[in-house]
Amino acid sequence: MSDKQMHPVMQWIDYRLPIFTFLNHELHEYPTPKNLNYWWNFGSLAGIILVIMLVTGIVLAMHYTAHVDLAFGSVERIMRDVNYGWLIRYVHMNGASMFFIIVYIHMLRGLYFGSYQAPRELLWMIGVLILLAMMATAFMGYVLPWGQMSFWGATVITNLFSAIPWVGDDIVTLLWGGFSVDNPLLNRFFSLHYLLPFVIIGLVVLHIVALHQHGSNNPIGIDMKTDQDSVPFHPYYTVKDLFGLGAFLIFFAFFVFFAPNYFGEADNYIPADALQTPAHIVPEWYFLPYYAILRAFTADWFVYNILSLGGFIMTAKLMGVLAMFASILLLLFLPWLDGSKVKSSRFRPVHAMFVWIFVLDCIVLGICGAKPAEGMWLIIGQTATVYYFAHLLFIVPIVSRLERPMMPPESIAASITAKATG
Amino acid sequence: MSDNAETAGSAEFDEKTRRDFLFTTTAAVGAVGAATAAWPFIDQMNPAADTLALSSTEVNLEPIAEGQSITVVWRGKPVFIRHRTTAEIEAAQKDDKADLPDPQADVDRVQNTKWLVMVGVCTHFGCIPLGNKSGESKGEFGGWFCPCHGSHYDTSGRIRKGPAPKNLEVPGYKFLSDMQIRIG
Repeated sequence: MSDKQMHPVMQWIDYRLPIFTFLNHELHEYPTPKNLNYWWNFGSLAGIILVIMLVTGIVLAMHYTAHVDLAFGSVERIMRDVNYGWLIRYVHMNGASMFFIIVYIHMLRGLYFGSYQAPRELLWMIGVLILLAMMATAFMGYVLPWGQMSFWGATVITNLFSAIPWVGDDIVTLLWGGFSVDNPLLNRFFSLHYLLPFVIIGLVVLHIVALHQHGSNNPIGIDMKTDQDSVPFHPYYTVKDLFGLGAFLIFFAFFVFFAPNYFGEADNYIPADALQTPAHIVPEWYFLPYYAILRAFTADWFVYNILSLGGFIMTAKLMGVLAMFASILLLLFLPWLDGSKVKSSRFRPVHAMFVWIFVLDCIVLGICGAKPAEGMWLIIGQTATVYYFAHLLFIVPIVSRLERPMMPPESIAASITAKATG
Repeated sequence: MSDNAETAGSAEFDEKTRRDFLFTTTAAVGAVGAATAAWPFIDQMNPAADTLALSSTEVNLEPIAEGQSITVVWRGKPVFIRHRTTAEIEAAQKDDKADLPDPQADVDRVQNTKWLVMVGVCTHFGCIPLGNKSGESKGEFGGWFCPCHGSHYDTSGRIRKGPAPKNLEVPGYKFLSDMQIRIG
């Protein structure tokens, strides 16, 4: 859209605040690799589900009461009495799961096609920060209905901080605002649950600014060199993203309307009881792999005993907590752990194989996280934990430096011509 | 600054150090001010006065028969009070010499060997162990068992097996009379 096509009012505004020029530049002309496949739909989907979560969340907050005596009832009132309350809550509740499904696929795309490599290291790292902010938001949101899983999930997670040497108990008291999980905690979680999504929006803006600096990576991982390699974002990718959105909304709607509690725990429909722990505390599915890593560190595990010099350095509990946080924070260093000059796994078959094994390992961890930490499940969880760290700390650095990649095509355009003629 | 200092006379040199001094003190005062201003925003998260005021509970022990336990609420947390049997007391004292992850003698955990009073919160991640009600699993050591991650506590509430690092906490309490205690 050039200056001449603009409505005079738009021109007047644009001369003073170049909003239309900006939108045109970033969403219309914005040159995008012409070979993006469907793995590249998940970025825009993540942005859309963030907006869905914000809209439903703001509306739910108009009916929710953040008090231990009233919270559970106010959520039930939303479900039964508020007009369309059931729909809005189920969209919000399942939306959290959808958000994580989308973001995990989005991250897998980055892992497989090497999107974290230069010059997109900061883009990737901001993404990891978004994941952390999402996890904090999701956890606090799960506490708000004040059911049994809300209460005991909050108890277990806040108690993680008691593992910190010397000041741990004081930090837990500070987090609770009392001597147990109670009203002060519910109040501050509600406040922060409302705040953090806006922090996420800020991070998403940075994520997009960093993305648009060098443009999208693509399945063959070669930068755009000429006009031949790209198409304008609009209409090519706006249309493709809309199609993907349609498919996603069908998937989303299936859960909202036909299996709204599929991702939830039945115990969370029991009001919180400080004197009765549920027999089996499990976090939401998207936290299960980290939960398995947390629980892998038992005092009698030989890996713990070696790393802690026989329990001399730290307790098993503290090491489990540190390992859980490290499992995510290590991803920040992935751009440097991977030493390959070629980005895409299409040209790195050995690396590609290990990426898929890593995905499998994360799924195994997730299954272990859902099972009681004893017997065979504990051993499988411990093995998968070792593999998780081995992948990031040894396999990726070594394989990426030893593997001789296949020769990538000369350019994006050349890869497409080769496919068409070959 | 150092380039100028080398070429400048001593009077100007003094001026530089005075400027550095002003810069450093301004920054230091600013940092202290910022930290002081931040403190109320951190400390507001700590327990409020009314929360602290609710921090003691009195319990009448008379209705608890030997071999029975009750759970009372103190500071929002369950407190287990167990009227121990002679066999349990003996078992607890005998295990003083056993291999304990968090070594503590039974006599150091009770004021009157018959009455075991402790916070019923697992020292692992804060679940409530089973074993205080009849019919619940008491674990491998006849005390308490935490179902969350499988910690076993003995008849003195000491951790014996599982991931919990410490014994069940004994709160501060006082016998007001033979059959009346105040916790907190």
